[in-house]
Amino acid sequence: MKWEIERSILHGVAVAAMVAVGSSFVPGTAQAWEPTKTVEFIVPAGTGGGADQMARMLQGVIQKNKLMSQPLVVINKSGGAGAEGFLDVKNSKGNPHKIIITLSNLFTTPLATGVPFSWEDMTPVAMLALDEFVLWVNASSDYKTAADYVNAIKAGNDNEFKMGGTGSKQEDQIITAALEQTTGKKLTYIPFKGGGDVAAQLVGNHINSSVNNPIEGVSHYRAGALRPLCVFDSQPMPYKDELVNGESWSSIPTCKQAGLDVEYLMLRGIFMPPGVTDEQVAYYVDVFKKVRETQEWKDFMNKGAFNTTFMTGDEFKSWLAKAAETHKDLMTKAGFLAK
Amino acid sequence: MDAFISLIDGFAVLSDPMNIVYMFVGIILGVLIGVLPGLGGANGVAILLPLTFSMSPTSAIIMLSSIYWGALFGGAITSVLFNIPGEPWSVATTFDGHPMAQQGRAGEALTTAFTGSFIGAFVAVLVLTFLAPIIANFALRFGPAEFFAVYLLTFCSFVGMGRESPFKVLAAMMLGFSLAAVGIDSVTGQLRLTFGSVELLRGFDFLIAVIGLFGIGEILLTMEEGLAFRGKSASINMKIVLETWKKLPKFWLTALRGSLVGCWLGITPGGATPASFMSYGLAKRFSRNGARFGKGEMEGVFAPETAAHAAGTSALLPMLTLGIPGSPTAAVLLGGLLIWGLQPGPLLFVEQKDFVWGLIASIYLGNVAGLIVVLTTVPLFAAILRIPFSIIAPIIIVICAIGAYTVHNALMDISVMLIFGVLGYVFKKLSYPLAPLVLALVLGDMAESSFRQAMLSSQGDLSIFWDNALVGTLVALSMIMLFWPLIALGLNAFRNRPPGRASETL
Amino acid sequence: MTHVTPGSESGNEHTVSTRVMELVVSAGFIAVSILVMWDSRRIGASWASDGPEAGYFPFYIALIMFLSSAVTFVSNIVTRAPDRSNFVQRSQLALVLRVLIPTAVFVVLIGYLGIYLSSALFIAFFMWWLGKYPVYKVIPVAVAVPLITFMMFEIWFLVPLPKGPIEAALGY
Repeated sequence: MKWEIERSILHGVAVAAMVAVGSSFVPGTAQAWEPTKTVEFIVPAGTGGGADQMARMLQGVIQKNKLMSQPLVVINKSGGAGAEGFLDVKNSKGNPHKIIITLSNLFTTPLATGVPFSWEDMTPVAMLALDEFVLWVNASSDYKTAADYVNAIKAGNDNEFKMGGTGSKQEDQIITAALEQTTGKKLTYIPFKGGGDVAAQLVGNHINSSVNNPIEGVSHYRAGALRPLCVFDSQPMPYKDELVNGESWSSIPTCKQAGLDVEYLMLRGIFMPPGVTDEQVAYYVDVFKKVRETQEWKDFMNKGAFNTTFMTGDEFKSWLAKAAETHKDLMTKAGFLAK
Repeated sequence: MDAFISLIDGFAVLSDPMNIVYMFVGIILGVLIGVLPGLGGANGVAILLPLTFSMSPTSAIIMLSSIYWGALFGGAITSVLFNIPGEPWSVATTFDGHPMAQQGRAGEALTTAFTGSFIGAFVAVLVLTFLAPIIANFALRFGPAEFFAVYLLTFCSFVGMGRESPFKVLAAMMLGFSLAAVGIDSVTGQLRLTFGSVELLRGFDFLIAVIGLFGIGEILLTMEEGLAFRGKSASINMKIVLETWKKLPKFWLTALRGSLVGCWLGITPGGATPASFMSYGLAKRFSRNGARFGKGEMEGVFAPETAAHAAGTSALLPMLTLGIPGSPTAAVLLGGLLIWGLQPGPLLFVEQKDFVWGLIASIYLGNVAGLIVVLTTVPLFAAILRIPFSIIAPIIIVICAIGAYTVHNALMDISVMLIFGVLGYVFKKLSYPLAPLVLALVLGDMAESSFRQAMLSSQGDLSIFWDNALVGTLVALSMIMLFWPLIALGLNAFRNRPPGRASETL
Repeated sequence: MTHVTPGSESGNEHTVSTRVMELVVSAGFIAVSILVMWDSRRIGASWASDGPEAGYFPFYIALIMFLSSAVTFVSNIVTRAPDRSNFVQRSQLALVLRVLIPTAVFVVLIGYLGIYLSSALFIAFFMWWLGKYPVYKVIPVAVAVPLITFMMFEIWFLVPLPKGPIEAALGY
C-alpha cells in the first residue's frame, strides 16, 4: 500500500514536471526560446547616469510584473567611454543571456577613441525610446527665442559663448559641433560629469547654454531659473501637461522652426551579442513590448518627455545604419575622429 | 520655526511602523555593504533600487538612504580591523584606526569612528533642517575654478606632513596621479596610457589599488612578523564604549572642525572623500598631538569620520534642491527619485513636503538607529581579531578578491589587486608613503578635469583662479596650508628667539 | 653597476640589500615615468590656446616622478654609506612567499574554476598547510565561507561573481 502511494506521488510529480516542461512550449510560436539562467544586462556607462537609470527602471518593471522567468541583473561596464561594455558583448558570440542598453556612445566611442566595434558587431533587438535634447539658457538672459541666441552667437566672437555638456565627443558635443557648423562661429564646449551638474552650472551662470535632456532641466525650468529655447527634433514633443505658466513640453518649438536646422535624438536601444538565433531575439522583443505596455514605463516616458518610437527588425537596422552615417559625418566635420 | 513644524510632520510620516522596519533593514544591509570592500554604497543602493519599486517613494527612499547611512558607518569597520577601507572616504580612517587595532585598541577605535560618524551626521542634519533655504544655492556659486580650488586645498592641507624622504613622497604622489590618468580623458575623450589594451580602458580604480596596497600589503607585512595579527588582546565587552566616550569630549574642537569641513564639502558638493582627507590633514596640523598622528591617535580617527559622515549627509541637500549628486551613491539615489517620479530641484521642498521632511526626519532616526546597531556590534567585530591568522587571512584575501572583482566585474582586476599588494609591501619596507599615492589616485582626475574645465572656460587664462573673492580665498587658504610649516616656523621665530635653522619643511 | 653577491654579509640569512631594492624600485619608477612621458607626447602635451592638452598633466607629472626617482637612484649609488642592511631576512621572505604564492595560485584559479570553488580550495589549503588544522575543522570553514558568499552575492544581492564548470553544471 505504502509503495503504491509513493508510486502515485512520484507519478504525479512526473506528470506535473512534464506539464511544466510542455507548457513552456505551448503559447505562441515565437516564444520557443526562454532564458535558462540569469540574464546579464550590461550598461556601458557608470551608475547614476541616464542609461543606468533606464536599465534599472527596466529591471524593476520586469521584476515587478514578472515579465521574465529568470532574474535580470544590471552590470555597469563603463571603461573607455563604454567601450568595455560593447567589447564584452561583441566578444560573447552566441550568448543569449546577455543584453546591452545603448546610448550615443554606440556610435561615438569607436569613432572618437578608435576602439574597434560598431553596431554591426552586435544583434539589434529593439529601439525602446529616443532621448530628446533641448537648448537651454539661463532665464535671466536676454535670449527669448532660439533665433535670439543664434543671432547673438553669430554677432559675437569665436569662443565667446560657453556650452556645457556631459562627456567628451559624445551627444552633447556633437550637437554643439552642429551648432557651430550652422552659425559659423566656434563655441567653447565644457564637459562636466553629469546632466545635473551641467544644469546647475547653467543656473549658476558659469556657462551660457546647455543641451540638457528635458528631465535634467525641468525642475529648474519650473522654478524659473532656466528657459528652454527649442528642441532638436523634427516635431515638437507631444506632452501637453502644464509645467509652468501654461507652458508644456509641446509648446517648445523645434529648432528648425526657430531657424536652427539641427536635429539630434539619442538612441535608447537594446542589443544582444552576435550569433544569437531569431527565436532568442524574438523572446526579448516580446519582453520589451510587454514592458512598454506597463503603467510604470508610460509614466517614466512621460516624466522624461521621451520620444517613444519603438522599432525592431529591419526597420531598426536601417535606422541604425542611417544614424551611424550621420554620426560619422558630423564627427568627421567636427574633427572628433581618433588620431 | 517653520522648519521645526515641518520636521514634526516629518516624524509623523515615520510613525508608520513599516517605515521603521525598512529603516533597520536598510541600516543592517548598509553596514554589510560597507564592510564588504568593492560592494560600495553606490553598488549596494543600485542593486537594491529595483526591489523598492513596490514600496511608496517615501518608504523606498527611507530604506535606500538607511543603506547609505549603514554603508557610511560600516566603511570604518574593515579600515580599523584589517587596514582595508571598504569605502573611499574611510581611507583616512585607516591611518590611525588600524594602528590602534594593532595595539589592541580595536574596540576603542571602532567606538571613536562610529561616534564621530554620528556627530558629523547630526551636525549636518541640523544644518539641513534649519539652514537649507539659506545655503541651498551656495553650490551654484561653484564653477570649475572653485572646484579646482577645493581639491587644491585638500592636497595642500594633506601633503608635506611625512617624515619620509621628500623625493619618495613626490614619486609616490606622482605615481598616484599617473595611475589616475589611465583610461579615457574626460575632457577630450582621448584614450591615455592604455597602449591599445582593452584591460587598461577602465583605468585603475582607486578601490582596487587600495585593497591591494593596504589590505594585501598589510597581510604580507603581518606574515613577515610571524603568523599573527597583532592586537589579539582587544577587549570584547560593551564597557569599552562607555570608556571611550569618556575620552572623546576633549576632542570637541576636532569634531567641530570635521563637521564644518564635511558640511561645507557636502553642500558644495566636493564629496565625502576630500572632506575626510582634509579634516585629517587639518587635525594633524593643528592638534597638539599632531606629531603622533599615524601611530594610533584617537583624534586621527575622529577627524576623518566626522567629516566624511557630515559630508555624506549634507550632500543630500544639493542632490534634492539642484539635482547634483555629491557622491556616486547620491547619483544612484537621484536616479531612484526620478524613477519614482519625484523631480529633484528647487520645487521639491515646496511640492513634496511630506517626502522631503520624511526623509530629513529619517536621517535623524536613521543615524540614531545606525549608531545603536553598530555600537552593539563593536565587541563582535573586535572579537574577529581573535580568530587565528591562518583562518582569517585566507578569508580576508577571498573578500579582497571579491571586492576587487565587483568594482568593474573584471577578472583582471583581481590580479591588479595582487600586484598592488606586492607593491604595497615593498613600498612600506622602503618607506615610500602610501597616503599621498592614494590621495592623488582618488582626487587626481577630478582635480585635473576641473582645472581643464576652468581653463576651457577662461580660454587658457590662469587669472580665473583669483578673479573672484570665493576662488581667491580658497586658493589663498591652500597656499597658507601648503606653506604652513614655514609659517609656523616664522610665527615661532617671531614669538621666541630666531631659531638656528629654518629649512627642512617638506 | 651594483653587483651584490648574495650571502656576502650575514650568512645565509641575507637575501638582498636595502640599497639594491632602493635602486630597483627607483629604476621602476623611472621606467614608468618614461613610458608615461612617451605616451603623453603622443597625444599632445603642450599648452594649447584653450588650456592644457590631454597629455599635458601626465607629462609633467611623469617628469617630476622621473626627477625625484632619479635623485633617489643616484643618491643610492654615490652615497658613501650605502645601506647594506638586509631588505628582508630569508626566513621572513619564506613566510611572505608562503602567503603570496598560494594567493597567486588562487587568483589564477579563479579564472578557471570560478571564485567559489577556488576560495574553498584556497581556504582549505591555507588552514591545513599554515594553520595545521585537522581536516574536521578545515572542511566546515572551507565550505561555509564560499557558500555564504554565494548566497549573499548570487541570490541576495544579485551580483554575479566569476563562476566555473561546477556552477555551470548546477545551472548558474
